[in-house]
Amino acid sequence: MMRRIARRLVAGLITIACIYTLTFVMVISIPGNPFQQGARNMPPAAERALRARYHMDDNWRYFLDFLRGAVRLDFGPTFTYADWTCNEIIATALPVSAMLGLLAIMIAVAVGVPAGVVSAVRRGGLTDVSILALVLVGISLPTFVTGAALLSVFAVYLKVAPVGGWGTLAHLPLPALTLSLPFIAYITRLTRMSMLDTLGSDFVRTALAKGLPQRTVVWKHALKPAFLPVLSYLGPATAQAMTGSFVVEKVFGVPGLGQHFVNAALNRDPGLILATVLVFATLLVTLNLVVDVLYAWIDPRITEAV
Amino acid sequence: MPSGDSHSDRDHQSRERKRATSLPPYQGGTQGGRFPNPERKRRAVFSLPRRARMRGGAIRTSVLWGSGIVLALLIVPSLVTLPLALRWYNVQELDSAVRHPPSLSPVVALDRYSGAPGHGAAPPWIRLAYRASSWLGHDDLGRSLLYRILPGFLISLAFGLAAAAMAVGIGALWGAVAAMAGGRIDMLMMRIVDVLYGLPYILMVILLKIALTRPLTAMFGGYTKAADLVILLVAIGGVSWLTMARVIRGQVLSLRGQPFIEAARAAGAGPVYILRRHLLPNLVGPIIVYATLVIPQAILQESFLSFLGIGVQQPTPSLGRLAADGVQAVNMYVDYWWLIVFPCGVLVATLLALNFIGDALRDAFDPQSSATAWV
Repeated sequence: MMRRIARRLVAGLITIACIYTLTFVMVISIPGNPFQQGARNMPPAAERALRARYHMDDNWRYFLDFLRGAVRLDFGPTFTYADWTCNEIIATALPVSAMLGLLAIMIAVAVGVPAGVVSAVRRGGLTDVSILALVLVGISLPTFVTGAALLSVFAVYLKVAPVGGWGTLAHLPLPALTLSLPFIAYITRLTRMSMLDTLGSDFVRTALAKGLPQRTVVWKHALKPAFLPVLSYLGPATAQAMTGSFVVEKVFGVPGLGQHFVNAALNRDPGLILATVLVFATLLVTLNLVVDVLYAWIDPRITEAV
Repeated sequence: MPSGDSHSDRDHQSRERKRATSLPPYQGGTQGGRFPNPERKRRAVFSLPRRARMRGGAIRTSVLWGSGIVLALLIVPSLVTLPLALRWYNVQELDSAVRHPPSLSPVVALDRYSGAPGHGAAPPWIRLAYRASSWLGHDDLGRSLLYRILPGFLISLAFGLAAAAMAVGIGALWGAVAAMAGGRIDMLMMRIVDVLYGLPYILMVILLKIALTRPLTAMFGGYTKAADLVILLVAIGGVSWLTMARVIRGQVLSLRGQPFIEAARAAGAGPVYILRRHLLPNLVGPIIVYATLVIPQAILQESFLSFLGIGVQQPTPSLGRLAADGVQAVNMYVDYWWLIVFPCGVLVATLLALNFIGDALRDAFDPQSSATAWV
């Protein structure tokens, strides 16, 4: 087990390094730079001086400098938000997004897994068809439409939730629900598919033949192996949810990390782009590792195999 | 990182299992018949009464028909009115029609729409189309919402089709080559896919768009509107081929081990011949299925980018652009419901219909999921 974790850790570090290099190449090859945005039309000499000031005149040096800083968790200055460092931006925005994202994933698992199980057990029936139709609606609706709809129903007409913003517990449910809808849809489909596979296997037949009630067999025996594909989906899904969604943040006025992914790229802000990408990649690799460990814990055969 | 190997192994196992259980009827297989069949009994434990199941199947069929009808109802009028809509989609009327709610009679004078001076000059079909112009209301510049939604729908659909074609072109080739090459090359190619999966999607699309804008606009000369769409297309298509590559690689890997490929190789066929003659026909099913599922995804992605303000640029309409504009135009104090209801309604109906059809196709083509209907 330890060997497996160590190997995955090394592979993860290599992946992060590749992602960093790739992003760096993209960042330096896109036209435009943060010093010549909008109204800031500065003379070339001043621009050259600024680039030299931030060691951006030499790509190799900037590459290594940023990497060295990133290893010490210091992502350097941003060029678009005056007096902010990338660290401060991430430190204020990441907890907001992470809280919202974790809540959304929890909602998605709490709704999606039971829905998928029920749908698999009653496959072909009316319940199944209606659950799957709802799932497709969930996948088809753009987040800005569902967000706006939830907002106008719960905040404007019923007045049970604040219209937007952040800070109290009342601000949480609507954006978390909006964020969770696509995840609910995916998890329901995944659970249904793997549950159908599991229900057809021999140990389920044995358990039923022993006389165990159907409920115990489905929810206790079959759900455990059927949950494994969902678990491996949850790694990337949680990383994605925790780094925020620009749309949800814009609709609900949440000060999360998602907006910085977009704004950093639109402003060609190299420091912030690299910082957000590194945060995302690290989160992704870490969560995949956690999923791996949990996988082996649920299904011990995997540990023996490696 | 989820590695491709474990996935394809699992595919292979379940394929094996399925082959083992689906014996022909005369050997007591799943086809039913006179012989008692343990397989059927086991499944019956978890099944509903026959009538309920049939009702579900009937609903499925009718939903599929409904999807086709919805798409046809959108495609036919948009194609018929396309020549007019191309002239009318950007006709503005700031005096009488700004955010005018839907009305049965037109609120913009005919001579603005026909493009020719004088009412009497317009032929009857133009007068008919003109009468429809206010049915869905007008937007904040007094433009007819109907004649923005109809071409917008076609643009979105064409966009989705093109993105799917791109995803298929890159993804299928990548996956097939990786699986055929095997060994180190396969590992390297799949590692590249893994790394690309690790990049935040939205950031990559924006960076690609920024990077592509200058060369592609130069390539298209003065046609900035076309260049704009192509840039967006390449940015979205360039990111959405990853899943396709994985799926196709898994399929090729499981096909490669089968006897008929071995026989072809023993007969002296080269890898390109095998790929073209034996593998490609077997890959058509999954390729069609995943391509169908890429279309609604691409349309959805375009709508997100439009919402962020970096999608299709004004005044070109697309469903995503119109829906995003509608959502942004509505606030707590004013109620321009038609600006949000009609574009969003058409967008959601399109995506739903495409998703339903894609699912049904997957059901029909994909041997993996034929037993697990509808997922």
